[in-house]
Amino acid sequence: MKTQLTRRTLLKGGLAAGAGLTIGFPLLGRTPGVLAQAAGVFAPNQWLKIDRDGVVTIVNSVPEMGQGSLTTTPMIIADELDTSLDKVKVEQAPANPALYANPVTKSQSYGGSRGVRDHIEMWRKSAAAARQMLKQAAANEWGVPLETVETEPDVVIHRPSGRRLPYGQLVDKAQALPVPQDPKLKTPDQFRYIGKMVKRRDTPEKVTGRGIYGMDVQVPGMLIASIERCPVFGGTVKSFDATATRAVKGVKQVVQVSNGVAVVADSFWAALKGRRALKVEWDEGPIAQVSSATITRDYAAAAKQPGQVARNDGDADNVLAAGGKVLDAVYQVPFLEHACMEPMNATADVKADSCTIWAPTQNPGGTQATGASLTGLPPAKVTVHTTLLGGGFGRRGEQDFIIDAVETSKAVGAPVKIIWTREDDITHGFYRPATYNVFRAALDANGTPAAWFTRMVGPGILIQKGRAQAGTIDPAAVEAMRNMPYDIPNLRVEWVNKDVGIPVGFWRSVGASQNGFIVESFVDELAHAAGKDPFEYRRALLGKSKRHKAVLELVAAKANWGSPLPAGRARGCGVVFSYGSYAASVAEVSVASDGAVRVHRIVSAIDAGLAVNPDQVRAQMEGGAVYALTATLYGQITIDKGRVQQSNFHDYPMLRINEMPVVEVHILDSGEAAGGLGEPGVPSVAPAVCNAVFALTGKRIRSLPIDRNQLKRT
Amino acid sequence: MVSLVVNGRPQNLDVEPDMPLLWALREPLMLTGTKYACGIAQCGACTVHVDGQPVRACITPVSAVAGKRVTTIEGLSTAGDHPVQKAWIEVDVPQCGYCQSGQIMSAAALLAAKPSPTDADIDNAMTGNICRCGTYQRIRAAIHRAAVLAKGGR
Repeated sequence: MKTQLTRRTLLKGGLAAGAGLTIGFPLLGRTPGVLAQAAGVFAPNQWLKIDRDGVVTIVNSVPEMGQGSLTTTPMIIADELDTSLDKVKVEQAPANPALYANPVTKSQSYGGSRGVRDHIEMWRKSAAAARQMLKQAAANEWGVPLETVETEPDVVIHRPSGRRLPYGQLVDKAQALPVPQDPKLKTPDQFRYIGKMVKRRDTPEKVTGRGIYGMDVQVPGMLIASIERCPVFGGTVKSFDATATRAVKGVKQVVQVSNGVAVVADSFWAALKGRRALKVEWDEGPIAQVSSATITRDYAAAAKQPGQVARNDGDADNVLAAGGKVLDAVYQVPFLEHACMEPMNATADVKADSCTIWAPTQNPGGTQATGASLTGLPPAKVTVHTTLLGGGFGRRGEQDFIIDAVETSKAVGAPVKIIWTREDDITHGFYRPATYNVFRAALDANGTPAAWFTRMVGPGILIQKGRAQAGTIDPAAVEAMRNMPYDIPNLRVEWVNKDVGIPVGFWRSVGASQNGFIVESFVDELAHAAGKDPFEYRRALLGKSKRHKAVLELVAAKANWGSPLPAGRARGCGVVFSYGSYAASVAEVSVASDGAVRVHRIVSAIDAGLAVNPDQVRAQMEGGAVYALTATLYGQITIDKGRVQQSNFHDYPMLRINEMPVVEVHILDSGEAAGGLGEPGVPSVAPAVCNAVFALTGKRIRSLPIDRNQLKRT
Repeated sequence: MVSLVVNGRPQNLDVEPDMPLLWALREPLMLTGTKYACGIAQCGACTVHVDGQPVRACITPVSAVAGKRVTTIEGLSTAGDHPVQKAWIEVDVPQCGYCQSGQIMSAAALLAAKPSPTDADIDNAMTGNICRCGTYQRIRAAIHRAAVLAKGGR
């Protein structure tokens, strides 16, 4: 990708690089060398182009990891452009942060359910500008005022005279016009696609095996590599003996790289056999004595020390000291691995003057930067092809698998695809942090919480990654806790940063995944202690949190909260805000005599402001529920001697179809700004299930995953 | 050298006999629709048909299928219009889609054996296939739909 953003272009397009404009999103002007080099192409900005045949190409910058960006991005752009969605071509954006960075985060990296909510205004403006230019070109052609022309898909029309000009015939004239900086947007009643149910564009290629994931990339002359890694986090290679490895048929080279020893072969099978024959002596590094038991002990000790104050309303300490009805609880959650179905992989081709990377990455910008830093090439010489992602969930924003591919290709001087095994994936992840959380609350005479104290202990993801300063409060650690929605006059939240050296990362809904569970479980404890209905109890405390209240009321109504259930079943609820959206769940569960929890039905509701593609909103909520149920019922990464003890799906199980509850999704159309969708479906599910278990059994689940021994009936 | 028939075409593969069928399909034959996800027959992403029966290609040595007929997702239909594929599109089942080749091959084998599967049949046939995106509810609906489509229903 050759991109030269000239000063003139920047000024013309109104892009104040780095500074940003005061209002809205700046529209880029035409960017020579990007899309519009070819004559006969109308490309008013980096998001779309139209050729003389009227073929519309839309650029999707958000990697497709299952959330539907290959469908949603074109829906938004095609709607404002007024083109036929079923005819547009869609291209995946190259790594080029100057053009394609998320306008809010300023980074070409995608997480935090930011696909729609951070881009929609910019995409709409960009497409509306293009449409206005096409209208202007037609108006000029006909000699009529702009206000008298309108569009139908792919055509500008002048109703008074009945004249029509297809977009393709306006390409050259439109291209010569200035880019309007404040184009008129459609009103919601004019939307053709936004808010309607649109089929996913990627389904046909995903049901025929034609879709290309990172794992499927083929490059001429490519070798396949598998890397033996130190089983202990942070360990390094002391020495290795590859004699037996080199004797394996098909093994070409064995090279040491940052993350271990790469066995490079002409097939994955040969690379794997070569790995099995490899002898490596490791320096296991500083955490070789860390285990889950020592971590719990360290956390519990840390919880006795004061933490940093993340929120302090009123005077919780004094009210709690005054006594009355006081409740204490400790909640714990384990480390969790993402377990994307597609194990980590990447392909790189490092040459003297170029580096090409094919990767299933959530972070094309970071991938380009990694390539540049490891090769010494300027970023412009590093080309990144973002393939389909076989799951992302936060794992694929990391750079470890990119580093593997670039270093190995550089070392062997050939294109190399690095393939992680499932075992590599489970044992060398970036885990959802394990945390330990102390709660204390006091109820007044009416059972209403007079004071609430929480001290959270765990690592800070952003701090560990150097993206937040040590000594500050890590925003990811306290989300959905310090902004908990309940109206409590004396509320104190503290956080203790306790990082024992296990790599941590962003796991679908991040801090909200655990904090939603602990807040919604503890408020349920308070409700029961007060002798109140848990739904009504929450509702009474949500006076200042109207959108929480609305989704909670919606799920309660849809689940017939309070109506009788068959014997042996009970309901529980939860409501959590995360990533710009409000979500609530009601779970119906039963518990077998062996203590196994069965979730029969989940009624969920989401207020994501605007539902661009309602059926895919439902899909994300269904999927979020399953992700959460796996964590609730099974998910647990444990550590022994600095090593992860789980390795594959037999000991790190996933929810399967035979355990799948009915999931009913209700969309609350609040008309507010667009919120996220990939993550918000997760956090309210675990507490809804555990609260239902309590309602049924009287046993309070304060540690995940649910320990069925705790629920066994003798 | 291992000889087998893949998607109707005879193939002679010069690979180690212990190479799993999965990797023989994916690398020398470049049929990448069949996916690697666990390598130990725990997830079903690599499901193919061997003489019509669903098999986990990740633990099946290529030598074990010598002389047999292997069907992969690429060979399930010529135009992507097997009733299961059509139903999958109607219901918009896939999210990330990585597991779906295996899901579809398991579902197609189920329908071949039981044209009108019950929910219990679906549980039995599909519990070996993990979907991390959580599309199970749609998979179940799509299998019921495919059963109707396969009988010429609308």
